[in-house]
Amino acid sequence: MDRDDLLAALARLVPPERLLTRAGALSAYESDGLTAYRARPRAVVLAESADEVIGTVRACHAARVPFMARGSGTSLSGGAVPIEDGIVIALNRMNRVLRFDPEARVAVVEPGVVNLAVTALAVPHGLYYAPDPSSQSVCTIGGNVAFNSGGAHCFRHGMTANHVLGLRVVLGDGTVAVLGGDSLEQAGADVTGLFVGSEGLFGVALEITLRLVARPAVYRTVLAAYDSLQAAGDAVSRIIESGLLPGAMEIMDRLAMDAAEAAVHAGYPTGAAAVLIVECEGDAAQVAEEFEQLLRILSASGAAHTHVAADDEERARIWKGRKSAFSAVGRLSPDFIVQDGVVPRAKLGEALATIEQLSRTHGIRVANVFHAGDGNLHPLILYDGREPGAHDRAEVLAAEILRLCIRLGGSITGEHGVGLEKRAFLGEMYNEVDLDCMRRVRQAMDPHGVANTGKKLGPPSGATASHGLHPLERAGVISRA
Amino acid sequence: MIVQPASIDELAEVVPAHVRLRVRGGGSKPALSSPLPGVTTLDLSALTGITEHTPEECVFTALAGTPIAEIERTLAPHRQYLPFDPPLAAAGATLGGTVAAGFNGSCRYRFGGIRDFLIGARVVDGRGRVITSGGKVVKNAAGFLLHQALVGSCGTIGVLAELTFKVFPAAEAHATIGVEVGDVASAVRVVASVQRAGIDLEAIDVVPPKRVWLRLGGFRSALSTRVAILQQAIGPNAMVLYGEDDAAVWRQAADVSWAPAPASLVRVPMTLPVLPGLDLCLAPTHAPRRYTIAGNLGLIAWPGTLDTLDTMLRDLGLTGQVLRGAPERPWLGALAPNAFEQRLRTVIDPDGRFAGVPAGR
Repeated sequence: MDRDDLLAALARLVPPERLLTRAGALSAYESDGLTAYRARPRAVVLAESADEVIGTVRACHAARVPFMARGSGTSLSGGAVPIEDGIVIALNRMNRVLRFDPEARVAVVEPGVVNLAVTALAVPHGLYYAPDPSSQSVCTIGGNVAFNSGGAHCFRHGMTANHVLGLRVVLGDGTVAVLGGDSLEQAGADVTGLFVGSEGLFGVALEITLRLVARPAVYRTVLAAYDSLQAAGDAVSRIIESGLLPGAMEIMDRLAMDAAEAAVHAGYPTGAAAVLIVECEGDAAQVAEEFEQLLRILSASGAAHTHVAADDEERARIWKGRKSAFSAVGRLSPDFIVQDGVVPRAKLGEALATIEQLSRTHGIRVANVFHAGDGNLHPLILYDGREPGAHDRAEVLAAEILRLCIRLGGSITGEHGVGLEKRAFLGEMYNEVDLDCMRRVRQAMDPHGVANTGKKLGPPSGATASHGLHPLERAGVISRA
Repeated sequence: MIVQPASIDELAEVVPAHVRLRVRGGGSKPALSSPLPGVTTLDLSALTGITEHTPEECVFTALAGTPIAEIERTLAPHRQYLPFDPPLAAAGATLGGTVAAGFNGSCRYRFGGIRDFLIGARVVDGRGRVITSGGKVVKNAAGFLLHQALVGSCGTIGVLAELTFKVFPAAEAHATIGVEVGDVASAVRVVASVQRAGIDLEAIDVVPPKRVWLRLGGFRSALSTRVAILQQAIGPNAMVLYGEDDAAVWRQAADVSWAPAPASLVRVPMTLPVLPGLDLCLAPTHAPRRYTIAGNLGLIAWPGTLDTLDTMLRDLGLTGQVLRGAPERPWLGALAPNAFEQRLRTVIDPDGRFAGVPAGR
């Protein structure tokens, strides 16, 4: 099959209203949450079944035309930017829950199911789906699997890979494989874990078996305000050293707090340089003791002020502020880069001090929001894209922050993935032997290299850079973390 | 023939020099590691030692042949532990062997298994290349999670040389509740009801025919309140154990001392709804057995030939992994070929050096 036959093949797979080829219809699929990149696909297939996805993958493989599977397009690393002149497989319509078994504590879902919808399904049975990326009200499980999404509660609960027990996937050459199963325990090599986080380079997940966990009986959430970012970071180290195991530990600096406060009136203290949010979770008696110890540590850590969430409503407001922080920063600056890097937790203070210094040296404002318990930094680099060269200068600073993370023994990405954005840095974190192995594994799963071509391992996809907020983000529909 | 590299460099050198290799750590799971004719034994017991431990980071790195017991001794003074509760430490189990077997203990119920705590590894492939996967920080989305695929791979994909784990703070105190039940069906009902009682448990094990063991861990001051809530959910037939009595129950589980040789030891991943059906098949055989991790893992001490068990598991759609027993037959029951895993093997082990045991699954 040559490239020209491909559209005809796709037209045999899906009805015309689900095969988009006109420029106007395609434009909605040109970019994702990382709006600096854009590319025009040749066509979009609005898939409604696994067979349609398999058929599309096989047609693309035969025609050697790249494809990209897409959920809600909230990727912050350009992972869901189409391949120029390639095919987009839109999975949002594949949003069925195929099986829900509260006794076995699993849900089997299609990739287009929205993250929060899984929890909505499970809550009546005292269960929930733990991974909670900030975009969880719109992002899909398929995208979460592709990018091994994180969230605010990874400190205790881990990432998406820790919550996916089984998969049915179509590999890049159209072969269908079943990985893992329903059990928490695996029989044989845990290849499910390898598929998670592969950024679409191995193929497309068609069915995903998710592990559901008991909903904590109690949450206790406290806000602690500090006079410096460093003091907030040190408090996190003390909490970890003390042997407590909170569900989440998050820090926001003044700039991020102000933005969040303006956006959602979360009730964050005014005037503080940084705020630390710590949440304990579990059964009531255990949490009561843990929370008491936590408050003692916070008061000894030089917190200028602590405030305990009085009820669920206040807790929800605190988290809403935190989870909308990225998009709220759009109020402070016309454009910004959301960076995502990891440092060893004990080096948080050093990393933050260096970022502050870099910000001053470059004369570029940086807002900091981060998953402190994981050492996962999200510096927001603010710039005005209308100023000539501003975007490039911001990218130079972003690169320096990533190199700082590598130098401190951390990672170039904690949860957003490599995507298009960080391909150049993968080779600074891993050596040529490691990269060669990654390329060969990819080639084994996708011999023609058509699955999400150009992401993670390169080569370049031909996407072009621009900037600005995602249209959905401007409208306040989605947020970033 | 036995080779015993003492460093990762030596390991990388040794691998391509042998046509077929079978990895051995502490030998505590002999079906996976005992010598096979015509296959070189790659003994990793000299590849040992904790290479990095930053307690304040809750992360450590160790060479694959490091005994679990040594790691536990190193973590304990920092009030940290391995939340996947590795079994067979007393029998000499190593870190690498535990990961390769994918063998978690009862108390992994609380926070997760090996797959949830392994954050990076150095792996030697079939051509002697040393590949780094993951890293040394708890959150990392760069590269592929190749190290995950080595969990449970039984040494048939590549050789684990060095592993990095995150760990958690250990509970200040523990309590165990032993529940006497009428039969396995009521044991399953107890498991389901304690899971809904709103108390976080460390372990839930069913020991047929009449026993359910529960374990709690946490602050000493909160334990009695939590135990009382559970007792209310369970009813009168519960005894509570603290201190050495509590520890003894879980030591026995971790040592698998209820399943003495020469019986084969078979590990069966499963789910709670499957438990009654499986036990119905097993009960007439009188094979000692224990269902751990709230019904997610069956451990069976099988006395005779494995054919009967193989058929039984296949009929139930379950897969059994032989940890102790005849080495020629590592897998029992339902085996489905897995294209993804086969392709991965061709990349990491293109010459089939590690396929000394027939390919898994």
